[in-house]
Amino acid sequence: MVTKVEIKKMATAGSVESNDILIMISKGEGNIHIELESVVEKQFGEDIKKVIHDTLIEEGVNDVKVIAKDKGALDFTIKARVKACIKRGVES
Amino acid sequence: MNYLNNTDLSTVKVLNKSEFPSKSKAKDKVINSVEELIKGLDLKDNAVVSFHHHLRNGDSVLNTIMKEIQSKGIKGITLVASSLFPVHAEIIPLLKDGTIENIVTSYISGDLAKAISYGELKGKIIMQTHGGRARSILDEDIVIDVAFIASPSSDKFGNISGVNGHNSCGTLGYAIADSIKAKTVISVTDALVEYPNYPADITEDYVDQVLVIDSIGRKEGIVSGTTRVTKDPIGLKIAKDTLKVMEATGLLKDGLSFQSGAGGISLAVTDYLRDYMIENNIKGSFASGGITGYLTGMLEEGLFSSLFDVQCFDLEAIESLKRNPNHIRMSGSQYGNPRVSSVVDNLDIVILGATEIDVDFNVNVTSGADGVLMGGSGGHADTAAGSKVSIIVSKLFSSRIPLIKDRVDVITTPGTTVDVLVTERGICVNPLRTDLIESFKKANLNIIDIKDLKEYAENIMGKAKPIEKTGRIIGLSEYRDGSIIDYIYEVKK
Repeated sequence: MVTKVEIKKMATAGSVESNDILIMISKGEGNIHIELESVVEKQFGEDIKKVIHDTLIEEGVNDVKVIAKDKGALDFTIKARVKACIKRGVES
Repeated sequence: MNYLNNTDLSTVKVLNKSEFPSKSKAKDKVINSVEELIKGLDLKDNAVVSFHHHLRNGDSVLNTIMKEIQSKGIKGITLVASSLFPVHAEIIPLLKDGTIENIVTSYISGDLAKAISYGELKGKIIMQTHGGRARSILDEDIVIDVAFIASPSSDKFGNISGVNGHNSCGTLGYAIADSIKAKTVISVTDALVEYPNYPADITEDYVDQVLVIDSIGRKEGIVSGTTRVTKDPIGLKIAKDTLKVMEATGLLKDGLSFQSGAGGISLAVTDYLRDYMIENNIKGSFASGGITGYLTGMLEEGLFSSLFDVQCFDLEAIESLKRNPNHIRMSGSQYGNPRVSSVVDNLDIVILGATEIDVDFNVNVTSGADGVLMGGSGGHADTAAGSKVSIIVSKLFSSRIPLIKDRVDVITTPGTTVDVLVTERGICVNPLRTDLIESFKKANLNIIDIKDLKEYAENIMGKAKPIEKTGRIIGLSEYRDGSIIDYIYEVKK
């Protein structure tokens, strides 16, 4: 069982350069809420949301609001940005 | 009048002395108002009008003329524009109100392209190649009623030069067929110069009227200051590998003829080629196509003996065209018309880009990953067909947009004319080119099957969801000889 991680403040990771993704997180309203804007939304929108969602769960985060601006990042980039963002969001 | 078939010449009427001609007068061609011009042309519904794209995204002639046609209430126009750019989004309302019914072009981008993909054009869109456009006009497949020729400079009799005037753009290669064949030819200029205007791309004997307006466009949209090689290490790796491929073809020797685009990777290939030619003391024959400062530099260094220029991409190209006699103007027909002898048929190597390529080597540069129009052949299909070796350079991974597909969205260039694909993750050779496969193996190049490269990319990137189309065909991808190689479909919003 993963220990529950609480997002304490707003945080960002990543960029809006090509092949990258900008992740912004803040305190949730009791659930995971993801807003995605992507250059490949039609082709990969659901896949990208799933990677963000799964990474949050893996890291023990289940109460968070995520805004993601994607410029065609690959899965490992998305994962890394989400993890970095969580680290920044839990520090006080 | 031909009297050669008259057997009895005594029946031919000879002028009386009183009917003898007086001295001829210079024609009065200048007109200063768009409104007056269009009124005088007396265009009918369903007329065919044409424009060239040498002013590219700086052009304002097309918008000005088309809006005037709209205000006269003329409907059902077929717009034959050699290319259309984001600046032409201003004519979207003319699709909706039926002023423009059909569009024939070789390249289209921006919001106008989007509007067409979403079904806002009432008629059809025909996507041609540069050579195919010239062929269709010269063969009268397309009959132009009025050609409006944006002229960086013109004298009052219609000698048009692309190198003079504050909005100079260089050659006017894509307007030549129009000037020869259109029923009426209008020079549209913002720089009326002293007679004679030279060197003229289009001469007065082809021009009916000269419209003088305040501005034909914005300089900054017409040419880029300078075009530059990519600094991206992945792009440079592709360029380096492309040079190895070119070397392995055995064509890098005296007499080499070469064309490449103005994209960052293509320019990097040109730059590496320059170093290679200097190092190995190679004297090339010609370079062709859209011309950049990189090529004019190579001309001056003696690496090529001449340049065939259908369009100047930067200021350096325009300057070179003015001063170097070996920098030669080329019309769209001379460039790639498949029905006549054209320059592309003498090309050794061409470097081209691709939005998508499929396992049969068909290339799409017409639509984007979302299926929306955002390009077109230009000279892509012409040079691929004519060259001894056509090489596609592209990143395999670029913003998660899949490069290799089972079937491209729209076929721009048939795979039967595409020879090599160079990506950062491997080189693929068209199985039809057994000769190249053999020589590349001898050169120890790492060749990979295009299907394997596709699978490799999909393992990392995931498989893209297919694009949603409505099933309605809105246009055609026309090959250079006029045959049709694909449909263009409406895209769901």
